[in-house]
Amino acid sequence: MSVSTTGPDPMGISGPLHGVNSPDPARSGKGSRNSRNSRNSRNSRNGRRRGRPGSKRASKLTPYAFVAAAVGLLVLLTYLPAANMLWYSLNDWNGFGPVDDFVGFDNYIEVFTNPEIFSVFVVSLYYFVGAFLQMGVALYFATILSFTTRFSNFFRGVLFFPYLLNGVAVGFVFLYLFQPDGTLDTVLGWFGLADPPQWLGDASVANYSLAATSVWRFAGLNFILFLGAIQSIPSDLYEAAEIDGASRWQQFRFIILPGIQRIVGLSFILAVAGSLSVFEIPFIMTSGANGTATFVIQTLQTAFSFRQVGLASAMAIVLLVIVLVVTWVQRKVFPDEKVDLS
Amino acid sequence: MATHRALVSLAAVAATTMLLTSCAAGSEAPADPGEAEGSITFLTNRTDLETDGTWDAYITEFQKTYPDVDVTVEALTSYADDVVTRLSTPNGYGDVLLIPASVPANQYSDFFEPLGSTDELSETYRFQDSASFDGTSYGIALGGNANGVLYNTEVFAEAGVAELPKSPDDFLAALSAIDENTDAIPYYTNYKDGWPLGGQWTENIGAVSGDPDARVEMASVSEPWTQGNDVYAIDSLIYDVVEEGLSEPDPLTTNWEQSKNDFATGKIGSMVLGSWAISQFRAAAADAGASEDVVGFMAFPTNVDGQQYASTGADYNLAINANSSNKAAARAWIDWLVQESGFTQTQGMISAVEAEPLPDNLSSLTDENVELLEVTPAPELNEVADESQVDLSGNIYRQKLIDIARGQADGDKKSYFTTLNERWGAAVDELAG
Repeated sequence: MSVSTTGPDPMGISGPLHGVNSPDPARSGKGSRNSRNSRNSRNSRNGRRRGRPGSKRASKLTPYAFVAAAVGLLVLLTYLPAANMLWYSLNDWNGFGPVDDFVGFDNYIEVFTNPEIFSVFVVSLYYFVGAFLQMGVALYFATILSFTTRFSNFFRGVLFFPYLLNGVAVGFVFLYLFQPDGTLDTVLGWFGLADPPQWLGDASVANYSLAATSVWRFAGLNFILFLGAIQSIPSDLYEAAEIDGASRWQQFRFIILPGIQRIVGLSFILAVAGSLSVFEIPFIMTSGANGTATFVIQTLQTAFSFRQVGLASAMAIVLLVIVLVVTWVQRKVFPDEKVDLS
Repeated sequence: MATHRALVSLAAVAATTMLLTSCAAGSEAPADPGEAEGSITFLTNRTDLETDGTWDAYITEFQKTYPDVDVTVEALTSYADDVVTRLSTPNGYGDVLLIPASVPANQYSDFFEPLGSTDELSETYRFQDSASFDGTSYGIALGGNANGVLYNTEVFAEAGVAELPKSPDDFLAALSAIDENTDAIPYYTNYKDGWPLGGQWTENIGAVSGDPDARVEMASVSEPWTQGNDVYAIDSLIYDVVEEGLSEPDPLTTNWEQSKNDFATGKIGSMVLGSWAISQFRAAAADAGASEDVVGFMAFPTNVDGQQYASTGADYNLAINANSSNKAAARAWIDWLVQESGFTQTQGMISAVEAEPLPDNLSSLTDENVELLEVTPAPELNEVADESQVDLSGNIYRQKLIDIARGQADGDKKSYFTTLNERWGAAVDELAG
C-alpha cells in the first residue's frame, strides 16, 4: 500500500515519503553496482584518512564548519541587530550620530502610558478575525482538493498563487480593484449592486477591505500547509471509514481534523502573531491613513517620520515580547497532544 | 554597476594619498582647474535627469574645464530615505550629495564639509540660512522655489473666475464656482501619496503673515493653531476645502503621476504646490496634447492689507561628504553646477546665485505684485514637530485633518486644533525645560 492518498500529487507534498517506500528502478541492476562502487571508494578514502590523527579531528569539525556559516549569518543579520535595537530602546536617539543619551526605561514607560500608541492594536482585531476566516477557507479547500476532484491540480495552483505574489504587487492590484468605479464596483454593478461604498475612503469599511486583501493573499499558505498535512494521513483510514459508512463530514470531523491538529495549532499561532504585526498591505494601500495604521506602521512612523528611533525600538521590543507571550500562552492552553488516529 | 563602483573606490583610494595635502586647505574650489582631480560620486534625487541624459551632458561639459575629474551620478528614487540610511557609513554617501531634510542642523558638521562662513557666502548665494549652523555654511542650494497654488487657467476661466483669489474666502468661492460650472474636481489633495500634504502646504508659513521669521516664532509658540497664526490659516483652508466637498471624492485612491495628466486635461482645478512643479505640469500638458498655458501659478490665497506674499526657499542643498577624499574636485563640481550649468534656468527654479534674475515662471507672481519673501528656516521647528509627533512637514497629521473634515474620523476642526495645540505646547515646554 502506497502512502499517497487518492488524489494526484503535483505539489510533491508526499513525494519524499513515496520515494522512500517505493523501489527505485534506477537503483536496480547496473545502477546498484555503480552506487556500491562509489560507496567503496568513499570507504577507502575514509580509511586512508583514519591513518592520520590530525585529519580525524578535522573531519569531526566538518559539520560545525557548515553550521558555523549559517549560525554566523544568523547572528550577524538577526541577533546582532536585535541586540542593537535593545540598546537603542534604552536611549533617546534620533537615528543620527552617536547613541549616547541613556534614558533607561523611559521609552518603555512612554509606550505603555501613551494611549495613542496602544490604541492601534484595535486595528489588529480586523486581521485577527480575518485570519480565522482565512483558515476556514483554506481548510475547506484543502479538504475538498485532497479527495479526487476534477481539475484539482489547477485549483491547487490557483489557490496557492496569491501567496507567491509579491506583497507590493498585491497592494497595487487591490488598490486598483478598490478604486471608485474600479474593478470591484464594476463587477458588483453587473449584479445590480449600485452605489457601493468607498472601499478605502470610507473609514468604516477601509479596515475590512484591507483585512480581506490580507486573507486573499495568505489563504494560499494555510491551504498548502493543510493540504500537506491531510495528504500525510494514511488513505486506508478513509477506505475503512467509507466501508463503515461514514459521510464526508464525518470523515473530516473524525479523521482529517484530528490528523492535522498540529498544523492547525501552528497556523493559529502564526495567525495571532501575524495579525499583531500586519504591515505591508495597509502600508502600501493606505500608508496607515484613514484609521488603518497598525502597530508596525506606527513604529515605522515613530522611527522615521518623527525621528524617535529610541522610542520606536522600544515599541518593536514590546511587540516582540507580546508575540512571544501570546505564543507561550497558546502552547499552555492548547498543549501539543499526541495524535492517535487508530 | 558593481564593477564600476569598485573602480571608483579603487580610484578614490589611489587618489587619497595625493590629496592628503590639499585636504587641509578645506573645500575651497581650486583656483587652477588642473588641481582638481580624482573621481567623485554625486547623489541626486533627480532620476528623470539621469534617464534623459541631462547629467551625462553636464558631466561632459564640466570635464571641458576639469579634465581630470570623473563624476559618477547615482540617482535615487526615494532619495531622502536611502541617503539617511547611507549616512551611517563614512564613505557610503558619495562625495557630493543633497542634504536630506531629516538631518538636524546641529549635526551637519558630523557629516558634511564646511564650505565657508555664512556671512561671506550670503553675499553671493541666496538661501544660505537653510544650510548653515552657527555661522558656518555646509551647503549651497542647487536652486530654489516659490510656494503657492498651481491652477488650471482654462478651468478657472470656464468657471467664470475672473480675478485670482486673494483670500481664503475668495479661494473657496472660486472652488465653489468650479464645482458648479465645470466637471472638474476643484481641488485635488493627493492624499494617498502623502507628501503633497506636507511641505507643500507648510512652506507657506510666513507667506500668510508676510513675516519672514514666522517659522522661528512658531517653534516657541505653545498654541499655534489659533486665529492669527500662519499655520491656523493654512490648515483651516485645507479643512474648509475638504469639508465643503470641493476636493476629490475618494482621497484614498489618488495618484500623483495620474494627477498631472488629469490637471492638464482639465479634470482638476487646483493644487497647492511649489513652483518646482510648473515645469513638470507643463511637460504633462504637452504630453496630453494640451496647451502649456493651462498651467497657472498664483500666490497662496492670503493677504496682509491687500499685499500678497509668496515664500521662497531652497530646494535641496548640495554638500560635500566630510569623509570624501576628493574634496577639491567635489567643490569644483558644486560650484560648476550652481554657477555654470544653467540647471536653474532649464528647470525653472530660482537660482541660488544672488545676481541671477528670477525665472520666467514666476512672472505671474510679479505681475500680480506679489512680494517674494525669503523665509528664515527654523531647525527648532523640526525638533518640536518630532517631539510632539505632529509631523508639520509630513502628511500624517494633515491626512487626519482631512479625514475629520470629510466626516470619516471623530471630531471637528476646533477639537482637532485643540489637540494639536496641546501636543505642540507640551513639546515646546519639554524642549524649553
